[in-house]
Amino acid sequence: MSIELFPFYVAATVSLVSTLLAVSRYSPTHALIYFIISLLATAVVFFLLGAPFAAVLEIMVYAGAIVVLFLFVVMMLNLGSRGDELAHQWLKPKMWIMPSILCLILFFELVYVLSGTSTPITGTAVSPKEVGIQLFGPYVLAVEIASMLLLAALVGAYHLGRRYLSDTRGQS
Amino acid sequence: MSDEVFIYVIVFGTLLGTLSLAAVLIWFERRLIGLWQDRLGPNRVGPFGIGLALADILKMFAKEDWIPPFADKFVFIFAPTVVLISMFMGFAVIPWAPGVQIVDLNIGLLFFLGMTSLAVYSVLLGGLSSHNKYSLLGGLRAASQMVSYEVFMGLSLMGVVMLTGSFSLVAIVNAQQNLWFVVSQPLGFFVFLIAGIAESHRLPFDLPEAEHELVAGFHTEYSGMKFGMFMVGEYLGVILISSIVATIFFGGWLGPDFLPPFFWLAIKIFTLICFFVLLRAAIPRPRFDQLMSLGWKIMLPLTLANLLVTGGIVLWTGYQP
Repeated sequence: MSIELFPFYVAATVSLVSTLLAVSRYSPTHALIYFIISLLATAVVFFLLGAPFAAVLEIMVYAGAIVVLFLFVVMMLNLGSRGDELAHQWLKPKMWIMPSILCLILFFELVYVLSGTSTPITGTAVSPKEVGIQLFGPYVLAVEIASMLLLAALVGAYHLGRRYLSDTRGQS
Repeated sequence: MSDEVFIYVIVFGTLLGTLSLAAVLIWFERRLIGLWQDRLGPNRVGPFGIGLALADILKMFAKEDWIPPFADKFVFIFAPTVVLISMFMGFAVIPWAPGVQIVDLNIGLLFFLGMTSLAVYSVLLGGLSSHNKYSLLGGLRAASQMVSYEVFMGLSLMGVVMLTGSFSLVAIVNAQQNLWFVVSQPLGFFVFLIAGIAESHRLPFDLPEAEHELVAGFHTEYSGMKFGMFMVGEYLGVILISSIVATIFFGGWLGPDFLPPFFWLAIKIFTLICFFVLLRAAIPRPRFDQLMSLGWKIMLPLTLANLLVTGGIVLWTGYQP
C-alpha cells in the first residue's frame, strides 16, 4: 500500500465503520448521526477518486437535506412525554464519543487533502461541466425518468396531504 | 517555501479577520440600529463605545456555563461547534484578492452551499438535545426554514453559473470585468439575498429564536460561551453571506485602480453588512406560515422563471462564456 493511497483507505474505513454503527444502533438519533458521518466519509472518497462534483452533491443533498428531514421526523415523533422519556434513556453521552472522533479524523484528512501538495490518487478529475454534458447527453433518458419519478412522488405527497385535510374537516 | 508560509498567512488571516470582525459587529450593529432609531446606542466603553465588544466577550467568558441536568450532555456541547466549523470552512473558497485565497476549487460555489447546509445541524441538534419544548419548537422551525430556503438559494445562483460557465468563484469574479451580475441577474440577486438572510436566520427571519413566542428558541438552555458561539456563528453567517453576495453579484475585488483590490471587496462587504443591519432595524418579523408560503409560492417560482429566461437567452443568442 503506497502512502498516497492512505487517505483513501482511512476514509473508506471510516465510512464502513460508521455505516455499520448506523445500522446497528437502537436509537434513531444515533443511527442518523453515524449515517451523516458515513455520508461525509463517502464524499471524501468521491473527492479522492477525482469526482469533486459528486462529493459536494453528496454533502449538499444527502447530508444537508435528506438526513435533516429524517432528523426532523425524529424530532416530531419525540414530542410526546413518553417519547421524551424514551429519548432520555436512549441518548447516553458515551454514544457521542465515536462520531466525534470519526468526524475529527475526517476533518483533519480533509484539511490535509485541501492543503493540496498533490492529489493522492492520480485519477483524472471530472469537472462539473463534463458531468453536465454526460447527464444531458448519453444519459438524458435516465435523468428524464428520475425527474418523472420525482414529479410522481411530489403529486402523490400533495394528494395525500390534501385528502388528510379534507377528511378531518369532514369529521369535525 | 514562501508559498507555504503565504498560505498559512491567508488561513490565519481569514480566521482571525472574520472572528474579530464578528466580535466588532456585536457593537457595530447596536450602534447602527441606535443611529437609525434616533438614539445613541452603546457609547460608554472606550471611544464611541467600541470597548463594548471586548466587554461583551469578557462577560461571556465570565458567566456561569450551565449544562441543564436533563439535557443530552455531549450533543449539547457539540451542537454550537458545528455552526462555527461549517461557517469557517465556507470562508475557505472566498477569493479576497487576485491570488489571495485559501483554495480555488472548481466547485467553489457548491462547496459554499454544502457548508451552509451543514450549519443547520447546529440549530437542529441544539434544539433536540436541550429537551425543552421551546428549544424543540425552535429547532423544528429552523430545520423547515433552512431546508426550504436552501432549495432556491442554490437555484438562484445557477443563472450566474450559466453566464460564467464555471462554479469557481475566481472565474465568476473574472466574468464580471464588464458588467456586475447584479445588473444581468437582478432576480437571482434578490432571491439569493432573501434566502441568505433566512439561511443565517437573522431578523426579520429569526423565527427559530423568536423572543416573543419561543423565549429564545433553540438556544433557550444555552448560557455563557456556548451561547456566545451561537451568536458568533450568526455574525459569521452574516459576514459569509455578505462576502458571497459581494463576490458573486458585485464583482468581488474588481474596482478602479486607485484602491487595492482587497479594499474594494472590503467596502462591498461592509456595505452589505450595513444593509443586513438596516433590515433588522426596519422590517418586522413575519408569521411562520407567511415565511414558508413566501418561500415556496413566490421565491421558488421566481427562481425557476429566472433560470428558464436565462437559459433561453443563453441558447437563443449562442452566448459563450
